[in-house]
Amino acid sequence: MGNVGIVMRRELASYFATPLAYVFILIFLILANSFTFYLGGFYERGQADLDPFFTFHPWLYLFLIPAISMKLWAEERKSGSIELLMTLPITLRDAVLGKFLAAWIFTALALALTFPLWITVNVLGSPDNGAIVAAYLGSLMLAGGFLAIGSCMSALTRNQVVAFILGVVVCFAFLLAGFPLVLDVFRSWAPQALTDAIASLSFLTHFESIVKGVIDVRDLLYFAMLIGFFLVATAVALELRKAD
Amino acid sequence: MIRTEHLTKHYGSLVAVEDVSFQVAPGEVLGFLGPNGAGKTTTMRMITGFVAPTSGRASICGHDVESEPLPAKAAVGYLPEGAPSYGEMTVRRFLDFVADLRGLAGERRAARLNHVIEHLHLGPVLEQTIDTLSKGFRRRVGLAQAIVHDPPVLILDEPTDGLDPNQKHEVRTLINDMSREKIIVISTHLLEEVDAVCTRAIIIARGRIVADDTPAGLAARSRYHNAVSMQLEEPRQLQTARAAVAALPAVAGVEVSERDARLTALPKAGATILPALSELATRTGLKLKELHLESGRLDEVFRTITA
Repeated sequence: MGNVGIVMRRELASYFATPLAYVFILIFLILANSFTFYLGGFYERGQADLDPFFTFHPWLYLFLIPAISMKLWAEERKSGSIELLMTLPITLRDAVLGKFLAAWIFTALALALTFPLWITVNVLGSPDNGAIVAAYLGSLMLAGGFLAIGSCMSALTRNQVVAFILGVVVCFAFLLAGFPLVLDVFRSWAPQALTDAIASLSFLTHFESIVKGVIDVRDLLYFAMLIGFFLVATAVALELRKAD
Repeated sequence: MIRTEHLTKHYGSLVAVEDVSFQVAPGEVLGFLGPNGAGKTTTMRMITGFVAPTSGRASICGHDVESEPLPAKAAVGYLPEGAPSYGEMTVRRFLDFVADLRGLAGERRAARLNHVIEHLHLGPVLEQTIDTLSKGFRRRVGLAQAIVHDPPVLILDEPTDGLDPNQKHEVRTLINDMSREKIIVISTHLLEEVDAVCTRAIIIARGRIVADDTPAGLAARSRYHNAVSMQLEEPRQLQTARAAVAALPAVAGVEVSERDARLTALPKAGATILPALSELATRTGLKLKELHLESGRLDEVFRTITA
């Protein structure tokens, strides 16, 4: 097994060594389901699809994902174990990737545990299962994007609470990049091209098209590049500040 | 071989380490001494590749730490300051993790793990999480992960800090056993440790090397080198004894400690005063509890050099 795998396995095991993993999964499932039934009107709509379920994922992730990612690096720096990890014969890339993948696999697991809803909708009617698979994929990519941002914020500080708050704020900015709340900040002074570029970074725009069952390579590429960018930023932040 | 050339680290305007150059060869146990904040830990971090130097370079077994980090790191076993580890892991899983990243596999992996578990007496705590261990056990877990791959170079930042005297003795025995074929660098602020394990000592203060010598060579810098210490049976005789000793031609000075009726005679440079003092005691009828030749006091040298 490569170094990425070794780091990933250790990290993943550490989630389950504390109550964190179980609490997270439980809360994720409770919130995901209550949003679907109460806010989304799953029954009242009378349609056999999972739109009311997926629509709330960005908002659910906004608070739950930074709670996962905040410990990725801040905890290593706080406890000093980062010195151990960084002096083992392993590249920074392998360490960053291994820890990110562990967090991503963990959220994938939480997401997979929502399967009873999928079964329910199949019992109640005949949904477009292809669209549901696409939506799950989109949700997973979205979670990956949030996690990569959170990983970078966690690398910037040794305080997990700071990492959490930074994570929420930056994720929120990306979520609403296409909306007036964020765009108005730039509109007054930035050139139109920049404003358009920022608008095109919006999580919601890219996520919503995938959720509708349209898998556009550009949307997937967007999330892949976003993840790549923030993982590189994580590595840079660590290189500069690991010993502080 | 560890080689550092003009290693320098600045944090803003703060100079942590300035122009540190030295080499360590196999078989040497180098003690890194200095007051707190002198730059010991920063120097070790630059050698192990955790902190990049502002200027200068370090290499381990011919591999430059900055340009070839992986082979350099592979050759080192490192115990960072405070022996950090992953607290939620059990000792066994933690050692497995390090062994995996160190590329150990198969029979050698099992043999090495057994070796360190046995030598550091970790058997009883293998299934405990590291968070629940005492400070002494944590330090030993840190040492175990540092030597699990049998590295040619060992860098140990305060390896006996927080251990009780028995555990200290065991760790020192372990270091002595490994010292024949390895390069070992330990940092410490315990001077007894230098005598116990080191073949060479570097003292650093305010980021610079201020002494680089054998422990005996350092002790020889002490004004107590070749001094003679005598403890009297009768404290009443202290003043007369003092006058008689001070009158001897080879004696440069006399120090008296009333508390334990002890008198220390300092020799003039290069002089030998033990026979003269012994003869004086017999001649004047001083009753001695003890009479011995001092090799020098490391703590006094340390204070003089670093103050």
